[in-house]
Amino acid sequence: MVLRSISKPIIYLILIGVSLFFLMPIYVLIITSLKPLEEITLANMWKFPSVLDVSSYSEAFSKLAPNLMNSFYLVIPATILSSMLGAMSGYVLSKWKFKGSEILFTLMLFGMFIPYQSILIPLIQFLREVGLYNTIPGLILVHVVYGIPIATLMFRNFYVNIPDEMIESAKIDGANFLGVFRHIMIPLSISGFVVVAIWQFTNIWNEFLFAVTITTSDQQPVMVALQNLSGSQIVQWNVQMAGALLAALPTLIVYILLGKYFVKGLLAGSVKG
Amino acid sequence: METVKPTNSQSVIQATRKKKKLSSDHLMALVFLLPSFILIVIFVYGFIGWTGYVSLSNWNSLIPDFSFAGLKNYLYLFTDFRFQADLRNTLFFTILFIGLVILLGLSLAILLDQKIKGESIFRNLFFFPMALSFVVTGVVWQWLLNPSTGVNLFLKTFGIHPKWYTDTTILAGFKWGQIEFGLPVAMIAVGIAAVWQMTGFSLAMYIAGLRGIPDETREAARMDGATEFQIYWKIILPQLRPITVSVIIIMAHISLKIFDLIYSMTGPGANFVTDVPGVYMFETTFRGNYYANGAAIAIIMLLSVAIFMVPYLISSRKGEA
Repeated sequence: MVLRSISKPIIYLILIGVSLFFLMPIYVLIITSLKPLEEITLANMWKFPSVLDVSSYSEAFSKLAPNLMNSFYLVIPATILSSMLGAMSGYVLSKWKFKGSEILFTLMLFGMFIPYQSILIPLIQFLREVGLYNTIPGLILVHVVYGIPIATLMFRNFYVNIPDEMIESAKIDGANFLGVFRHIMIPLSISGFVVVAIWQFTNIWNEFLFAVTITTSDQQPVMVALQNLSGSQIVQWNVQMAGALLAALPTLIVYILLGKYFVKGLLAGSVKG
Repeated sequence: METVKPTNSQSVIQATRKKKKLSSDHLMALVFLLPSFILIVIFVYGFIGWTGYVSLSNWNSLIPDFSFAGLKNYLYLFTDFRFQADLRNTLFFTILFIGLVILLGLSLAILLDQKIKGESIFRNLFFFPMALSFVVTGVVWQWLLNPSTGVNLFLKTFGIHPKWYTDTTILAGFKWGQIEFGLPVAMIAVGIAAVWQMTGFSLAMYIAGLRGIPDETREAARMDGATEFQIYWKIILPQLRPITVSVIIIMAHISLKIFDLIYSMTGPGANFVTDVPGVYMFETTFRGNYYANGAAIAIIMLLSVAIFMVPYLISSRKGEA
């Protein structure tokens, strides 16, 4: 299936050119993070470091470590809880449909497209009221709640493909609502759980607006700390780049190991699935 | 029911048992769905309503003041230099961003569709920025597009020195309201970073779409003497149209909501050339304590997303049922 007007070498040339554009930021990120501070002059930002200096990593790590831990404390429970809620509501909305359930589902879906600015003021008032403002549990609650629509969508689209006959025959064998869920839906949706978990992990880890408005200083997740690092008066580019890499590492590792599932999640987010 | 003849008791017990099981199943279904439903009703719809209420109030200081202000905050925004600049910036950013994401995503998908060696390597490379945070992207591109360093060190050799996000020029500008209306050059720099990050999405969508077109379709067209170009232009592209619609809608809502990338890369910029409603809302509400103004910006953002998201959701749900 060759486009006859363009020959193969030209296709490779274009692809390699675009690849360079995609790699350029990563190249700069890595080489800058490995340079000693005195070598970071504007003129030689593209040059390879003369000596590999990892001190920027230890400095970035010592600055970001508490926030990295905050991010883990936030992301792990939030991912597990929103996956569970999504599986539960996705199960009902695919296999126990009732009058109005489709409308209800559409109403839930709208929640994933709203600009979160439109709920932020009451959200913060609410969190202050219940004593969860500026706490990790508060952020967990927020991410679980606003993760419900996408997690429900993903599980619902997954469960729709499980044939109704399987459920009917399980019911004839005496399985009830919970039995079907536990013995049929969950075992068959392990890869669905992986997709949702990876998607939620990546999104919550990378999220910034909730993090910056709901938490201050020592409760902040890593993305806010990274942003603060670049806001300080003297910009140490090597430390900042090392910090950016450290902050991005968990999601990058997940992507490298389980990229296939990440892309599935990406496509599921376009509603039609 | 209480006086059942012995002969029928078996079937009656079975019937009641079935009824009981059914109703307990329905109860469980309710238990499964209700928490999510209640949370969404309160945290999405209730809170939107509350934000709307705040946007009509006089709460523009640290002390909440819910006295009714009518549309005052909205009227203020539409005459405000900063907000007018935001609307202009968002408009041009959205067009630029969506156009490039589709063009690049579709072109790359077609190129990767040519039975390329190392196709998966290229694909994974183009996808990976999607796994990064907008904040990381912002931090890195802030440096790459810094006028005195970054890519300008290369461009210098060609005698060009773009000022990127520090440029305050408005291209093809004319005075409109408080602002100079036209393409803010600084938004191009932000657009490049956003395109770098989000092209993976449209690429993934188009790759999935191309895979969904059976080879027989192409074969049949080839038999009829169509050239490869004609096959793409006349057969494949029209089939990809629903995907393009999805990409446009998803990218548009991202573009209208954009906050973190701009906040970490440029901030509002000189003369608000890179400011957007998301940044304005954040700063005026949480730094300036103008809660009612911030709420009004948020409601305008919500409406701008809802205008096309609601029809899209309804039609795509209908198409499925």
